[in-house]
Amino acid sequence: MSVHEQFAEDLALYALGGLLGDERVALEKHLAECSACRRELEELRGDMALMALSAAGPAPPRRARQRLMDAIVREPRAATVRTGRASWAPLPWLATAALALVAGWFWRQNDQLAQRVARLENESAGQQAQLQRAREVVETLTATDAMRVTLVAAKTPPQPQGKAIYVRDRSSLIFLASNLPALPRQKAYELWLIPTSGAPIPAGVFKPDAQGSATVINPHLPAGVEAKTFAITVEPEQGSLVPTMPIVMVGAGG
Amino acid sequence: MTLRVLGDTGAAEDVLQEVFLQLWRNPGAFDSSRGNLGAWLAVIARNRAIDGLRKRRPETDIADVAVSVEPDMAGDAERARAMEKVRGALGTMPAAQRSALEMAYFEGLTHIEIAAKTGEPLGTIKTRIRTGLLALRKTFVA
Repeated sequence: MSVHEQFAEDLALYALGGLLGDERVALEKHLAECSACRRELEELRGDMALMALSAAGPAPPRRARQRLMDAIVREPRAATVRTGRASWAPLPWLATAALALVAGWFWRQNDQLAQRVARLENESAGQQAQLQRAREVVETLTATDAMRVTLVAAKTPPQPQGKAIYVRDRSSLIFLASNLPALPRQKAYELWLIPTSGAPIPAGVFKPDAQGSATVINPHLPAGVEAKTFAITVEPEQGSLVPTMPIVMVGAGG
Repeated sequence: MTLRVLGDTGAAEDVLQEVFLQLWRNPGAFDSSRGNLGAWLAVIARNRAIDGLRKRRPETDIADVAVSVEPDMAGDAERARAMEKVRGALGTMPAAQRSALEMAYFEGLTHIEIAAKTGEPLGTIKTRIRTGLLALRKTFVA
């Protein structure tokens, strides 16, 4: 019995098709001469058939049966039927069991897809949260009721100030201004991106609020322009394509 | 994703069709000494599906496979009862054992692959797979 014990675990792996190489060869050799182990292998396969029941799910697709019937019509049966050999009595159960097995596979696929959907939903929730944070930052920057405070050296009278934050590779520009003098009606400030070579590019028209604050977020800009300087001029309300002198504020990139 | 499901659905049908056709061409491959026809077919279909999944050639001739199974599942009622018992047995199994058994059975992973995946000793996995199968059988021993 000790020999069979030694092969007991290998038999289960063999039945499932997981035994490879030398171990497989050794077991097959033993099986050829050991009827007890052959019987145990049959029983283990029986256990595998039981396992198939665990996966039986909803009815398999109708077309699977139709396809099989069509194939059988095309397929002449080569061997003559030897009466008494095959027992066809359980044919309906055969079809049901096999189709149930296939249905089980679909069910499992379905289960795996459901898990994948859950994972994606999870990721999506994370991205939503990030988006929400980004939105909050932008809303704070652009809120009309935001308090904007510019800190300067003590005893310096308030100075008009502008800060441009520009990321060339993303063509992204955020501009924040404070203490801007009010403008006559029908006039507005216009921000200009002055590239290292070429003409100034319009980067947004804006009017300061009552406190002299203004923001420009991501104006439309050509891609990947290297900026040398940002400048502000006073233009008609609808903006200009070419700056009108004089430049009222200017700042060069560091 | 849809394409993937359809691909797999098609593959599962192909396996089934191939097994049925093999039996149709050569009904002598199965006789009652090989056991219950339904159980036999379930085992053959599972093995062929795993062969397909692992992209390897069928290893055993279907005529060589004999299956011995306790419950008679010819009727709907018997089968439903058996199904319930099997699911019950899997449900009460320790999670690690059930998972090892399912990986071996449904995914066709070898004990070596399962051990690599879970980081557990090879011997433990081997034992879990065998004990898992035996636990199913025990459910039907009165």
